[in-house]
Amino acid sequence: MLASLTLLLVLQLIGEVLVQWLGLPVPGPVVGMALLFAALMVRGETPAPLRETANTLLQHLSLLFVPAGAGIMVHAGLLTREWLPTLTAVVLSCAITLLVTAAVLRLGARGR
Amino acid sequence: MSGEFRELWVYLSASPLLGLTLTLLAYQAAHALYLKLGSHPLANPVALAVALIVALLTLTGTPYGVYFDGAQFVHFLLGPATVALAVPLHAQLPRLKQLFGPSMLALLAGSVVSVLSVWWIAQALGAEPRTLLSLAPKSVTTPIAMGISEKIGGLPSLTAILVILTGIVGAVIGPALLKATGTRDPAVTGFAIGMSAHGIGTARAFQLGETAGAFSALAMGLNGVVTAIVVPLIARWLS
Repeated sequence: MLASLTLLLVLQLIGEVLVQWLGLPVPGPVVGMALLFAALMVRGETPAPLRETANTLLQHLSLLFVPAGAGIMVHAGLLTREWLPTLTAVVLSCAITLLVTAAVLRLGARGR
Repeated sequence: MSGEFRELWVYLSASPLLGLTLTLLAYQAAHALYLKLGSHPLANPVALAVALIVALLTLTGTPYGVYFDGAQFVHFLLGPATVALAVPLHAQLPRLKQLFGPSMLALLAGSVVSVLSVWWIAQALGAEPRTLLSLAPKSVTTPIAMGISEKIGGLPSLTAILVILTGIVGAVIGPALLKATGTRDPAVTGFAIGMSAHGIGTARAFQLGETAGAFSALAMGLNGVVTAIVVPLIARWLS
């Protein structure tokens, strides 16, 4: 658990350093995720302790969104002002994304 | 509030203990309620916990900043959790190889369409530029979306709220909409839901079946990476 958590933090740190150093357009943790994915590809399998730590963290992923979500009270004014364009855009864009993704995958997967 | 209680509250709000404990208690109460309501997508535990905390902070007149001083210890874990997404992603490798080409095309199309459509619709309806920047990464999982939002000049906390909203919308309309338009393959259904509605959609996709859930998780992970690259480019072009 401790070693796996350290590994995740080290990869995040390397990610942050690479982003700063190379001026990458992605967040540090995403670079860390790509690095871990590449490492698992090379290794061919996920060590059991790492799988356990990752599962524990991801099992409670919803919890991690709560502090930021409570920030809604800071933006209450903005959201009251702009609720119509925001809500309409979210619902329509979500529907469009669903349909386009499914259509492209269906076309491409035909015959496989 | 009585004088003594107020004194205690002032003392407690000066330490991180209160924000941290409040976050954990509110989440567990919300999760218990979510299970009690039959895991209904509208009873999203994040939304419930947030409502609980906002109500409590408002009632006690506690500023968000004071709460976040403690809650940031939970918030911080979003970083390592994002790195950890590589593990389930790697577990889907055999399935990914099978549908690699079409998945990549659907991934790119879905990601670009998600950003452009939300931007153009919100802009046409008169949303402020900062709201547009906060909306752009709305279809990817919160830790990644917040990182992108911060990077391009949006408001990460506003993005978190819009991402949660998007997830709930996708989980509610996704399965029915796809079925109505003739999608029968669970891999396609799952992939489309994961692309548009990230983790909350993935939880819903797993209720449809193992294949739908796996492909939703896969799409969510991949979309995080692609959107992290696509959004800054599109935002620079549109701004």
